[in-house]
Amino acid sequence: MIEMFKPGETTASLEVLVIGAGPAGIAAACIADESGAITGIVDENPGIGGQIWRGTSQNAPSSQAAQKRSQDLSKSKAQLLLGARVIAQPDAGILIAETAEQTYTLECKRLILATGAREGFLPFPGWTLPGVFGAGGLQALVKSGLSVRGKRIVVAGSGPLLLAVAAYLKKSGAQVLQIAEQTPLKKLRAFTNRLVRHPAKAWQALQLKLSLWGVPYRAGIWPVRAGGSEKLEWVELTDGKETERVECDYLACGFNLAPNTELAQLLGCELENGCVRVDEFQETTQPGVYCAGEPVGIGGLETALIEGEIAGAACLGHRDYARTLFSKRAKARRFAALLETTFALRDELRELARPDTFVCRCEDVTYERMAGHGSWRSAKLQTRCGMGPCQGRVCGPAAEFLFGWKVDSVRPPIFPARVESLTVAGVRE
Amino acid sequence: MAAPDVLIIGAGIVGAACAWECAREGFQVTVIESETVGGGATAAGMGHLLVLDDSEAEFALTSYSVKLWREKMEELPPDVEFLGCGTLWVAADDEEARLLPKKREFYVSRGVRAEILDSQTLAEAEPNLRRGLGGGLQVPDDAVIYSPCAARYFLARAQELGARLEIGRRVAEIERDGVRLEAGTHLAAGIIINAAGTAAARLTPGAPIRPRKGHLVITERYPGFVRHQLVEMGYLKSAHSVTTDSVAFNVQPRRTGQLLIGSSRQYGVEERGVEPRLLARMLARAVEFMPELRNFEAIRTWTGFRAATPDKLPLIGAWPGHDRLYMAAGHEGLGITTSLATARLLVDEILGRMSAIPRVPYAAGRKFNGAADH
Amino acid sequence: MAPRITEGVTLRVNGAAVTMPTGASVAAAVLAAGVTRFRRSVLGEPRAALCGMGICFECRVTIGGRAHERSCQIVCAEGMDVRTDD
Repeated sequence: MIEMFKPGETTASLEVLVIGAGPAGIAAACIADESGAITGIVDENPGIGGQIWRGTSQNAPSSQAAQKRSQDLSKSKAQLLLGARVIAQPDAGILIAETAEQTYTLECKRLILATGAREGFLPFPGWTLPGVFGAGGLQALVKSGLSVRGKRIVVAGSGPLLLAVAAYLKKSGAQVLQIAEQTPLKKLRAFTNRLVRHPAKAWQALQLKLSLWGVPYRAGIWPVRAGGSEKLEWVELTDGKETERVECDYLACGFNLAPNTELAQLLGCELENGCVRVDEFQETTQPGVYCAGEPVGIGGLETALIEGEIAGAACLGHRDYARTLFSKRAKARRFAALLETTFALRDELRELARPDTFVCRCEDVTYERMAGHGSWRSAKLQTRCGMGPCQGRVCGPAAEFLFGWKVDSVRPPIFPARVESLTVAGVRE
Repeated sequence: MAAPDVLIIGAGIVGAACAWECAREGFQVTVIESETVGGGATAAGMGHLLVLDDSEAEFALTSYSVKLWREKMEELPPDVEFLGCGTLWVAADDEEARLLPKKREFYVSRGVRAEILDSQTLAEAEPNLRRGLGGGLQVPDDAVIYSPCAARYFLARAQELGARLEIGRRVAEIERDGVRLEAGTHLAAGIIINAAGTAAARLTPGAPIRPRKGHLVITERYPGFVRHQLVEMGYLKSAHSVTTDSVAFNVQPRRTGQLLIGSSRQYGVEERGVEPRLLARMLARAVEFMPELRNFEAIRTWTGFRAATPDKLPLIGAWPGHDRLYMAAGHEGLGITTSLATARLLVDEILGRMSAIPRVPYAAGRKFNGAADH
Repeated sequence: MAPRITEGVTLRVNGAAVTMPTGASVAAAVLAAGVTRFRRSVLGEPRAALCGMGICFECRVTIGGRAHERSCQIVCAEGMDVRTDD
């Protein structure tokens, strides 16, 4: 693996450009490189692995699989650009990416979007207190050097991520008080019964459960309030009937995942049910643009790896090879569908926000100010919700869930960018 | 529903101002809006309230209207974000600076405060402008607002006086005695006001209104970096340019500390998307005047369409050939500023009384001298 | 057992010296310094890192005089001057 840019260079020309160096992106880049294509891979994080394979700041890989794949990538001739966000597309086949110091122009013939997913947040009283983190959020911070030794932590929200996070926090020396999963016990039981059909998953689940021995995993429980004076001191959890207060130092709370579809939307790719629409070869409705993993539909690690490989092969015309992976993909996607129905958010979560609870954190817009509006656009114009630097990434999914609004279209820059980076497009005349 | 006295098409800032003014006169008002209050050009624009010396008629309308805005200053709610920062016209070089005395004289002789700044005093007034500029003209009584909330406020006041607001209904056609909605319903009204902005020409065939696209960028919060609305002297050249795409340096401080960066003009473009090349040109122009802008974080960009007429003046008043239809559209880049005066002039005409300024230059049925395709 | 970390990076958070393992994020350094408030929201409320992946913008601090830096995405460097909102 080589660095995409030498000092002084700002333009790169690639046959295959992969955006996102998580599992899907790594799989796509490896296979594209194996086919002999000049391949580049870009990620906004300081290291490869995305979220699920996020390495620690001490460069410890997150798992054996992650280690193997990242070794494959290092051995390849793929060119790597880290700490870079794609912000605009001045012309077909050309992307502008920005790091803290530089602005780069990336030209490519084929593009593979492996932009992953982000955590889903729901507002409830006290959710903005320091000490309330996302579940994946707290894990990412620990991996980046935050010590949680001896900290009392409640893990709450929804999804299998909660178990992985709790296990990791426990391993890191935290006192994990409990895991509160909003999904009802009945649905969780049905899910574990179905796991028999997916033995690898069952084994993973069992390993997690064993490492969490001593940590209560409670179903049908969700947070209703977080409190403390300048930072978090306690959380109130409920089962819909009774509420208990739990004193803690941190709350790691996330409600499933939301796909990062912004780049796909910027490029004009069509979405379906909030996810990027692709054909059997992972090609989007924009010719030459492929998409794999979470943005196509939240599907987890297996799906990402397989779809990344299909995209990497198919974009170079190796369709027969791609076809050999279809049935593996179907199986992985079936598991993903099972996850989606199991961990669907319950209606009570819509009632958590009080009138004075902030829904938009960037602009401090409360629930009651937003609720009066009939559409996301109207709420945005009148209250400025969604107009802050997060560009609606945190409050948009929450607003969709709370009010049923459709969050509107995407414009450049798809991430706050230096004014200078937006002037680059004019240079190429 | 009984037929209202006045039916207003469009709840942008112009329609909203008309609604309030009509309701104040005791008219039964209904406002029909197809999408969102203040969702068209009102949302896209800069919200700059300025007195413009482009022509006598433009000056009369803008100065009258800015006076009306200043009368309302105290009562505007906080989310309208009224900021009395004034405008600072910037001369890029000595050649442009030589035009400043004449510009100042125009304002001052008509009772509007204006003060010339030389290169040095300009740098003191706005330390973040680059060195070596020609100077400037400060017009301290200009201001900026956040327009969608102003439109909502005007409508709220109208509603307090009994006006009705119907959102989500689109007018398909203006008929003899009312309008027909897309859904098929016919709504009768004593008077119809077309305040539909760029859609005004669709509803009133023959109304010489064409869309003129503009781009804008808003940055993160950098409080104190810019103190006045800054507009380059070359802005007027850009506003007049008939055929080419043009950009001009135009930067506004918002109450939040964010900077609003404009401006651009394009004709004959219907496509709504942000155009990276034009955006790049516009931002490059801004950076020429304020070099540090290049490192500021741009959070969002967007486009909007101004409703433009051949002589840059709006259509205000009765539409010839229809005994109930009045126009309140075609304000180009001055809709926010002139919304209040538009409403006042229109109601004066409806009631047959004299206005504070002559209405003739804005007559809706006026002829345009030879300006073929503007 | 992981080896004891003897190297590190020393930076200043609100004037106080903090030593972090090489590769640690500035967000981790802020929390290690015992600072719970990274920034004040529009209405003045205390805020801290939330998403850990650079999308929520709650972890913004000023580094070396540059405002609006997302601390969870920035690796600690020797001698960095980090300031949170008062």
